Amino acid sequence: MTDDVVDRVAALPFFAALNPQQLRQLCEAGMPASYQPGERIFAEGGTADRFWLIETGDVALDIRVPGRGDQVIETLAGGAVLGWSWLHPPYRWQFGASARERVEAIAFDAATVRDRCDADPVFGYAMLRLFTPVITERLQATRLRLLDLYATAAQVGRP
Amino acid sequence: MSTSAAPAMVGSAVPQPYRVVSRRVDTADTVTFELAHDAGPLPAFAPGQFAMLTAYGIGEVPISLSGLPDPDDDRARRLTHTLRAVGAVTRALHATAPGATIGVRGPFGTSWDVESAAGRDVVIVAGGIGLAPVRPVLHAVLADRARYGNVVLLVGARTPADLLYPDELLRWRESGVQLGVTVDRPADGWIGQVGVVPALIPHARFDPANSVAFVCGPEVMMRFTAQALIGRGLPASRLRVSLERNMRCGVGWCGHCQLGPLLLCRDGPVVDYARAEPLMNIREL
Repeated sequence: MTDDVVDRVAALPFFAALNPQQLRQLCEAGMPASYQPGERIFAEGGTADRFWLIETGDVALDIRVPGRGDQVIETLAGGAVLGWSWLHPPYRWQFGASARERVEAIAFDAATVRDRCDADPVFGYAMLRLFTPVITERLQATRLRLLDLYATAAQVGRP
Repeated sequence: MSTSAAPAMVGSAVPQPYRVVSRRVDTADTVTFELAHDAGPLPAFAPGQFAMLTAYGIGEVPISLSGLPDPDDDRARRLTHTLRAVGAVTRALHATAPGATIGVRGPFGTSWDVESAAGRDVVIVAGGIGLAPVRPVLHAVLADRARYGNVVLLVGARTPADLLYPDELLRWRESGVQLGVTVDRPADGWIGQVGVVPALIPHARFDPANSVAFVCGPEVMMRFTAQALIGRGLPASRLRVSLERNMRCGVGWCGHCQLGPLLLCRDGPVVDYARAEPLMNIREL
């Protein structure tokens, strides 16, 4: 870990609730990562061994649909975290992710962070409190999209 | 009744004939009309206000103003409306050709009060056809750009093909508007954002303590958008939403558009969120 990683993580609001010691502990598992436009960051079904704090650039989450290829289901922008399948078994990516443009990020080693969470429940609880809202917000966004709010009655089969 | 009140009364109760001078197809089911009154126009409309548009022999519907005329142009009293064909009346209006006549009553309701955003950042969030009623806000701000701070426009649509005013979106971005566009269902080749429009709010650059927000779209979308804006620190009193119920008379007589203590044709459609939120959360209203 370098002070550069700490500075870069601290420059974004996502981990702002961690105290300085927790931030340093987290950043011990982090390293800078860059992706070119179109580059795959992880593939659906792969081992969820990392997560990322996106600094700049858009990332597309996708899922492979037979006959239709990789279907984009959501995009994430700078400031967002990418990946939560590392949090719980079986530690497999449920979706894939690829860079839509050049992406700069901090990649965190999942096993190291999980070990830290297990060894230090205060740190673990702080991490959980940061990631639970992400899961909640994306669940709410998915529910909103299920409503198909912009559709006309005819488009959703209502009279 | 005084004589001076007569024009407003005529405008509010009797549809005035307006000629369709232009009809632009925006999407598969949406068009934008420019309407002209040859004999004498209705009073000036303000951004956020709406007209009752009549398809003669079929009925009338409330449609918000979707553009500001150039005040230096001799066509300054023309009306611009964008409408989507969803029912019998809007389908008939949608099919109206240039040169044909439709009826217009108005102006009705409250305005966005764009002027109150002078000196502040302007945040406009629109979902679906909701971009049409906030378009005059953007026109007004860009016409007097130096008086406003950052201008943010966040737009959500069902698909890329459903995006309204795509050419203007590009022009607005080129003129310095911070533009975010997201769709629920991307098409092949779409390289923009995918997801709901409230998800764009954390990434927008504006000062929540010194901003005014104008939000228009489906009510559920406006609720989640308001939560995200307030979550960033924007006071509910500087967040405006455009609400819609069953507008009929346009002047608060018939009560069809009642939302609790409000008659939205008169007290709305634009309402401060501080006032609207408790009403939007009552299931029976």
